[in-house]
Amino acid sequence: MNFKNLKEYLAWLYYQYLLITGIYVLEPWEKSIFNSILFSVITMVIYTSYVFVPIHVRLALEFFSGIFGGQPESTMALMN
Amino acid sequence: MTESSANKLLNGDAYHRTSNGKRSSKNGFVKNHCVFQQPQKYRRPREKNQNVTRNSSLYKKPFSESFEETPLLVAVLTYMGYGILTVFGYLRDFLRYWSLEKCNVAQEKEKQKDFVPLYQDFENFYTRNLYMRIRDNWNRPICSVPGAKMDLVERASHDYNWTFEDTGRVVKDVINMGSYNYLGFAENTGACADAAIEVTKKYGLGVGSTRCEMGNLDIHEELEQLVTRFLGVESSLAFGMGFATNSMNIPALTGKGCLILSDALNHASLVLGARLSGSPIRVFKHNNMISLEKLLRDAIAHGQPRTHRPWKKILIVVEGIYSMEGSIVRLPEVIALKKRYKAYLYLDEAHSIGALGPNGKGVVDYFGLDPKDVDIMMGTFTKSFGAAGGYIGGKKELIDYLRRHSHSALYATSMSPPVIQQIITSMKIIMGEDGTTLGADRLRQLSENTTYFRKRLSEMGFIIYGNDDSPVIPLMLYMPAKIGAFGREMLKRNIGTVVVGFPATPIIESRARFCLSAAHTREMLDTVLDAANEVGDLLQLKYSRREQPRPSLGWMSEENLFQD
Repeated sequence: MNFKNLKEYLAWLYYQYLLITGIYVLEPWEKSIFNSILFSVITMVIYTSYVFVPIHVRLALEFFSGIFGGQPESTMALMN
Repeated sequence: MTESSANKLLNGDAYHRTSNGKRSSKNGFVKNHCVFQQPQKYRRPREKNQNVTRNSSLYKKPFSESFEETPLLVAVLTYMGYGILTVFGYLRDFLRYWSLEKCNVAQEKEKQKDFVPLYQDFENFYTRNLYMRIRDNWNRPICSVPGAKMDLVERASHDYNWTFEDTGRVVKDVINMGSYNYLGFAENTGACADAAIEVTKKYGLGVGSTRCEMGNLDIHEELEQLVTRFLGVESSLAFGMGFATNSMNIPALTGKGCLILSDALNHASLVLGARLSGSPIRVFKHNNMISLEKLLRDAIAHGQPRTHRPWKKILIVVEGIYSMEGSIVRLPEVIALKKRYKAYLYLDEAHSIGALGPNGKGVVDYFGLDPKDVDIMMGTFTKSFGAAGGYIGGKKELIDYLRRHSHSALYATSMSPPVIQQIITSMKIIMGEDGTTLGADRLRQLSENTTYFRKRLSEMGFIIYGNDDSPVIPLMLYMPAKIGAFGREMLKRNIGTVVVGFPATPIIESRARFCLSAAHTREMLDTVLDAANEVGDLLQLKYSRREQPRPSLGWMSEENLFQD
């Protein structure tokens, strides 16, 4: 399978997507419905992860460093 | 020893070796005397575990079948595909119900809407919502002899396969990989066609009666004697339709107090005949001798269900070649079991007669066994002989009984004379009695074609089911969209294939089935193989995970990346 350019390769990838999800057998308007639903779901996932993942990661790191790093400090403070 | 995912060879498979000593178990005496022992240790099977047998001495040559297991990712994606299509099916049904869309399916009239529904909606769900969308792959009209090459009528559909129209063009010289034309006798020229023309001039076409009344021509007697000689039995009886042979004769053979043991993948005609007979039916796993032996032992030990009386007779029903799997029955083991437990054997050689064996005499010839061991040998003339009809061969008393008691023999119209002459001529050619070597050449060509085609296809990386010697080759497709895509892509390359989906196969195991013929030349097979290679790359069908030297693909698919 030799692809002359990127466009042909992308067309083949789209064809594989149609075959694997089974959309290939559907009528064009059904394909559009499915594609738009899938596209909007993926967009929402990407947007949500862009907005929330850094915050969640920072909070998680603080939480874990609080567990491991916190204990020796408190006992030292008590002794002093 | 690591289990190589190569074919399961009977004599060399050390992984499945079991100890030979007798083991004590709860059932004591009964279990220890089984002919075929269960494997003692369980391991997750890479291949579907057919059976384990110690009696490799029953087979004169290696019996190698392979049914490679579905890759897990492919199975998951197939279910996902069916799920998505089911959702869209519900959507379309909703639109049809609320008349937002025109309904092309059969419906009841307005005044009948209050009655019990005539058309069960859900049973036809699959037909309406999936089969209809890819329906252009089936029922293609052929406008020439369905030989090695054929002409198809080109059809177009403007409403997504609900209706078709002829464009007026004909697709010429499509390579035919779907007809059951194993020995190439589907032709309109040659000795068979000339003889049939002569007979038509002598007898005409219609017979106008049943065999019992006025429809027994001398050509029928000649056919039956020829079939008897061909099979090596004592007597035989011919019928006009292969399906009717099975479905109308099994009821004459078994009845209320008899037991039928039927293979899981038997043909619809055998299932119908078994159900019509009224006998209890027990199903054993496909080609699995341990399962069959267990059923036999249980049947003999426990007898009939409530009264525990012994069964009047036990009939084992198997086929020679199973056309959906491409597997060959383990006949030596079945005969050994039958003799040991005193059961009767009904062998349906629809696909194997004429196609297997050094002399073309079917699966009995292929294994080198005695035809007298098989009690009832049934077969059809449709596949290898290029005609239509079926036959049953066996002992003289059996055939005389069937002549008087079979529905098909008593009520069905007898066979048409040109059809009989086609069978007579082709059978004589296969036996070599016409003085030429045409029969032997064709048999040899078929087995060469089979070996070559199977080897090339599995080298390419497709998952192929079945025995290495069977001319029926299922190529696994799995995903629902690929069923339609494969059929259409092959037709674009001028090759006609048969693709099979859900009701005929398990839901995720859809396949394309190639039927080889002695009429296919090496060039035709190479054309088909190149096209299959191309389409396999285009559709990413090369699922096989066996360690074979394969040319590297241009772009790797996700399936290949998940090999372990």
